[in-house]
Amino acid sequence: MNIVSNLISSYNYYIIIFLMISGLFIVVARGNMMKKLVGLALFQTSVYILYISPGKILNGTAPILRDDFTIYSSPFPHVLILTAIVVGIATLSLGLALVIRINEEFGTIEEDKLFEEEL
Amino acid sequence: MTEHLPAIQVMIPIVGSLLIMLIRNNTLNWLIGVLSCLSVVFCSITLYSKVAISGAISYAMGGWEPPVGIEYRIDELNALFIVMISLASCIIILYAKNSLNNEIRANKISVFYSMYLLCLAGLIGILSTGDAFNAFVFLEISSLATYIMISIGQDKRALVAAYQYLIMGTIGATLYVIGVGLIFVITGSLNLVDIASRINDIELMRPLYASLAFITVGIALKIALFPLHAWLPNAYAYSPSVGTAFLASTATKVAIYLLLKYLYLVFGYNIIYSNPLFMIVIIALSLAAMFGASIIAIFQSNIKKLFAYSSVAQIGYITLGLGIANYNGLIGSTVHIINHSIIKAAIFLAIGCVVYKTKETSIKKLAGLGRTMPLIATCLTISSISLIGVPGTVGFISKWYLVLGAIEQGWWLVVISLAISSLLALIYVGRVIELIWFHEPEKNIIVIKEKLPKEMVIITIILTLATIYFGIDIRLTADLAKVAVENVLLAGDIL
Repeated sequence: MNIVSNLISSYNYYIIIFLMISGLFIVVARGNMMKKLVGLALFQTSVYILYISPGKILNGTAPILRDDFTIYSSPFPHVLILTAIVVGIATLSLGLALVIRINEEFGTIEEDKLFEEEL
Repeated sequence: MTEHLPAIQVMIPIVGSLLIMLIRNNTLNWLIGVLSCLSVVFCSITLYSKVAISGAISYAMGGWEPPVGIEYRIDELNALFIVMISLASCIIILYAKNSLNNEIRANKISVFYSMYLLCLAGLIGILSTGDAFNAFVFLEISSLATYIMISIGQDKRALVAAYQYLIMGTIGATLYVIGVGLIFVITGSLNLVDIASRINDIELMRPLYASLAFITVGIALKIALFPLHAWLPNAYAYSPSVGTAFLASTATKVAIYLLLKYLYLVFGYNIIYSNPLFMIVIIALSLAAMFGASIIAIFQSNIKKLFAYSSVAQIGYITLGLGIANYNGLIGSTVHIINHSIIKAAIFLAIGCVVYKTKETSIKKLAGLGRTMPLIATCLTISSISLIGVPGTVGFISKWYLVLGAIEQGWWLVVISLAISSLLALIYVGRVIELIWFHEPEKNIIVIKEKLPKEMVIITIILTLATIYFGIDIRLTADLAKVAVENVLLAGDIL
């Protein structure tokens, strides 16, 4: 019973961990540079949820100051994650640009084939 | 005016980098770069003298008082590193002009300068910020700039090296953010001083250990701590020589400072020593780096890769000092961060001179360098010797403190390992020196007939002389490191 209630009460963290591991797994296991970047994006996104979800307070409203409400969710993680999303976009777009250049120079984006050319 | 120096020294390179992207004239861009670096040097030295007199400075970014706002905190330790980083970047950019003209395509040069300054801004930001999340942002700023600097290298393998570093670096930064997120959930703060004051009251140890592990592994990827060093050799080997010298002497060092800060100033002794396994892992990895990377370095056929692996090994010495964790060990680490930065800048700039003339980084092309380029060959020899740690050179000073620290702890095995790994360094350096001085030069090795540009030779010589000077006069390195360790790392702790 305890385990079940634990699972239900913190299900968000299980989802986060699942996303995190699957993202990291894709980065490690796939040889296609494009797919690696997809995995990386998934990994980063899971961290966004890791920050956002503890900020939510049950029965709390969006953090807008009004007299009608007294309980607010914390706006702090959202601010941080906005920054992190910008960083993530920059990284991803640079990664994609590099993949395009690699494809132009080597004619392939499969890591196995690239390493055959002796790196 | 001077109270805003902590913000100004980060702003100057950012503005410079934007200006360069707008102006796009190679000579003018170089001038902007030099001017920005010079003004950062001026700011950082002013700031250090201020800190040395009046103690740590706390600067509220944008007027928002900490712990709510972002705090920039300058103490004796990071002020010292900021001076080191800004000096290194200034010296390297003075050297850069002709080397870059020779090594990369003309339309990429302004991009390189721009990224150089952006990376510098990021590094100074990491050093000066007192906010955990802000450190992540600066970490990514400097890393993104680094990826671009590497990918500009002329060899097409530079692209793959940059891609690999991007993947590893992003994983590292993300792991770091996960760790910071866990700390944030536990303590409710992102200000490092604030976290440090709350962290000892935490009773739930498991999330704390988890965040310590995430942060350590994340930063270790950036440090290239063995066995997380896979990105480093290719990144160093294929980026332009100037980029290699800059990365080798600044980027990894800043990441080590971040680790140092987390271990000793944020988590503190009580937590990192409450579980003895943690320090054992750090020490074991450091020893593995000292041996593993040195042995790999012996078999390299690319001169830049050889010294890249030697960098991994030297990083092992620095983290070993963190693991030894007594007064002398920490001084050893701090001094070796500075000394290794000087040595690697000297070595890679000397290699830059060789590449300028021969257009090759294969180790065989070094044969007979003593006859074809005697001055540069001497510089390369002297700076390589200081890498081994011969008395009278900078390498000796840092190893001396590390050995003292290990003896104090009674870890004789570590002392012996230090000696043996120095012998390994002797082998790979000896191989280079033998090729330089005792082999016949290959025919047609010199591709470019014209003389080396004067400033490249002069700066290489200055840095080489610095590796000897700071090996004899330790007032500017070890003595300042002592002050930093006493006032910052060991403040309030009993060891």
